[in-house]
Amino acid sequence: MSGLAVGDVVAEREAHLTRASLLAYANASGDQNPIHQDDEVAAAVGLPGVIAHGMLTMGLAVQPVVDWVAAIGGGARIAEYGVRFTRMVVVDAETGADVRVVAKVGALDAEAGTARIDLAVTSGDETVLGKAQVTVSGLDAGAALPARPAERV
Amino acid sequence: MPVNPDLQGRVYPPTAPLLVTAARIAEFAAAVGASDPAAPIAPPTFAIVVQQAALDALLADPDAGFEIRDVVHGEQRFALARPIVPGDELTGTMSVTGIRTLGANAMVTAETRIADASGETVATATSMLLVGGGS
Repeated sequence: MSGLAVGDVVAEREAHLTRASLLAYANASGDQNPIHQDDEVAAAVGLPGVIAHGMLTMGLAVQPVVDWVAAIGGGARIAEYGVRFTRMVVVDAETGADVRVVAKVGALDAEAGTARIDLAVTSGDETVLGKAQVTVSGLDAGAALPARPAERV
Repeated sequence: MPVNPDLQGRVYPPTAPLLVTAARIAEFAAAVGASDPAAPIAPPTFAIVVQQAALDALLADPDAGFEIRDVVHGEQRFALARPIVPGDELTGTMSVTGIRTLGANAMVTAETRIADASGETVATATSMLLVGGGS
């Protein structure tokens, strides 16, 4: 495990969400709660607008780490992923919403062959996921850990 | 809205088996913005599809004392024993592992063990739900 130190950025990404994104996630996940699709329902339950599924934000936020793990190859894989949902992402019908992810090395354990990647996930100036941590396992002692990939979405 | 304290430790019947197909993975991967939706392993949060079915059973339980409109998703965690791949047939068995009452609100933790057709654990999905005071 070489090439990276705690605090290094391994990936970053910006994603744009629209109402179509929410519909696609509802269909893919089976979560058809109308607060993620219908302005009137969202307002009726006291929300500031239609909000993204927390699980959509969680699913999006880990994708830069999925790409990073694929770049490492070998037996590297995501073994654990957890988040706290700290703030809702309101998705405007016209302008949508932007979610930004910065993935940094939180901890390295060469003996166990694991890395903890910490995600900073924001929309506007607000943090939307708290304590978002991914554990990558199966890192060989000799694995070269790539820094942030050139490719961005 | 009080959560029934007897829910603690309750285990729900397994969900109907979900046959994982490449198309199902690709649809989910595209929806979460994967760079390569055609990759033959499911995104890390795919297990939520099985867990959702398990949670629906809890939310439909008249004995639980709360409904979906009272619930906010507080935390989510996945422990992945191996990647989920096409051909997997997954069932989820959910148990309520924790209830903490905080005034009029409660925190309910539900853990779903997701197993393949041979009974091996593929993933464990843990949700913490915040159940509101019914204002």
